Amino acid sequence: MEPAQAHLDVERHDGVVVVSFLDRKILDELNIARIEEELFSLVDSEVKIRLLLDFANVEHLSSRALGTLISLMKRVRGQQGELALCHIAPRIFDVFQITRLDRSFQIFPGREQALAAMTPGQGPATT
Amino acid sequence: MATHFSTLMTRSSPASARRVEPRVLDELRRYGYTEQAIFAVRLALEEALANAIHHGNHGDANKRVRVEYCIDDQRAVIRVCDEGEGFTRCVVPDPTRPENLEKPTGRGIMLMEAFMNEVRWNDRGNQVEMVKRNE
Repeated sequence: MEPAQAHLDVERHDGVVVVSFLDRKILDELNIARIEEELFSLVDSEVKIRLLLDFANVEHLSSRALGTLISLMKRVRGQQGELALCHIAPRIFDVFQITRLDRSFQIFPGREQALAAMTPGQGPATT
Repeated sequence: MATHFSTLMTRSSPASARRVEPRVLDELRRYGYTEQAIFAVRLALEEALANAIHHGNHGDANKRVRVEYCIDDQRAVIRVCDEGEGFTRCVVPDPTRPENLEKPTGRGIMLMEAFMNEVRWNDRGNQVEMVKRNE
């Protein structure tokens, strides 16, 4: 059995849970199912979670992964939490734009901008 | 221009389908396709295989997916064929419509069409042919 959090690196910065993906490709279903399980478990463990997904390592992503992100967004929204994404490579950002999901998610260029927007007193959240 | 198609058969499981991608991508690299083109083909192939396994063959491990590819320095032609009854492209909902935007599924075909130069289905709707030009 694989150890817990095998696909994610989880840190905390001023109350924001920052998740980095350890996989460069979030493409195939086996990986995505495991990533989904880890992310949902994280969200379920903390009410009103402020969650930042850092895509710095991610080079590929499929529509199935987009589906996971949408389900995650609904789950976070359902417990009055906040979800943001950052460090999305231009080719991956194309995928968000083509599917118009760039309008559904809070997306920041880098981690610093995202944390500033998500941390109370550090600046307004972007919608 | 080459017209010989190489053929790979895979079972209807994501684990089996994993074997297909490296073969196709190695051919693209051999002919000097850009990283952007390789990104596009990888994404489109992943989506086509997922559709064939889940929507075409309904995850039935006894059913096969056939992948044919013909790649030269001008273009890459890739066909993915399942054993299902097929579908009609025009009845697939537009995932960018407001009522569909937050549905977790239904974006694979849109991505295939956006990242490849040509995408078409046979009359039965169980085989997709995708073309990426080397430009």
